[in-house]
Amino acid sequence: MTNIILPELGEGIAKATVACWHAKPGDRVKAGDEVVEVVTDKATFNVESPASGKLVSIAVAEGKDGAVGGVLGTIE
Amino acid sequence: MQIQTEDWGMVDYMQAYQRQRQAVDAVIAGGPERLIFCEHPPVLTLGRMTRPESFLFDKEDIQRQGIQVEAIDRGGDVTLHAPGQLVVYAVMDLNVRGKDLKRYLKQLEYVAVALLKDFGILAISVPGKRGVFVDADKIISIGIGVRKWVTYHGLGINVSTDLSLFRFIRPCGLDVRMTTMNKALGKAVDMQDVRTAFTKRFLEAFRS
Repeated sequence: MTNIILPELGEGIAKATVACWHAKPGDRVKAGDEVVEVVTDKATFNVESPASGKLVSIAVAEGKDGAVGGVLGTIE
Repeated sequence: MQIQTEDWGMVDYMQAYQRQRQAVDAVIAGGPERLIFCEHPPVLTLGRMTRPESFLFDKEDIQRQGIQVEAIDRGGDVTLHAPGQLVVYAVMDLNVRGKDLKRYLKQLEYVAVALLKDFGILAISVPGKRGVFVDADKIISIGIGVRKWVTYHGLGINVSTDLSLFRFIRPCGLDVRMTTMNKALGKAVDMQDVRTAFTKRFLEAFRS
């Protein structure tokens, strides 16, 4: 199992809102695929899958905030 | 670092959007960064944070008046592009410039304020309200997207935009009035002069 982590986005940015998941649980994704888009202030940022496999769970739903360094979803 | 400057002229918003995505792919593949200028026919673009109350009219009514409405992957709320607004798309590689979205947005704001100063307009950026203001009126909007730490979208500089077009929305979800460089100065500003001055300020800020 590999977690999709919300990366450091810059100094003073502690969280971001999940705007859109590009995959749903059960979908196969490849390492480097953009799987989830987050927004912070005036920027949208595409988070990549860290591994190839199946997206098994979404920890932060669309419209909800995720913490920098926190888990957005899980790949198996 | 090489920054390639391009002028796309008057171009349909979605067509420019596709070209912008290709530019992002090219920069991800190791090509030169791009500073792109263009103008768009009247279009309202809905960023990911658009709230329904940012629309003051029905979308259908707005479209009936010849204004496109497009949902896009940009941060921020609703904004308007129209002739007379210099749109700047900056496709920059933050992998080599420090992976810091806040710093990059601040750099764009700094360039915008410096540009306006070159024309004798005193403008400020307001904490918590991304964009650049003359007194309480917003003159430049800012919003970016990022893929693999390469940026797209950028700034909308209102040079001579028909301000009546903003009546359909609360720009960026704010209760602010918009203004233009022409209005702030009380005279017509040449679009080419704005492009030239912006390029100089932008390259000063980013060519290092």
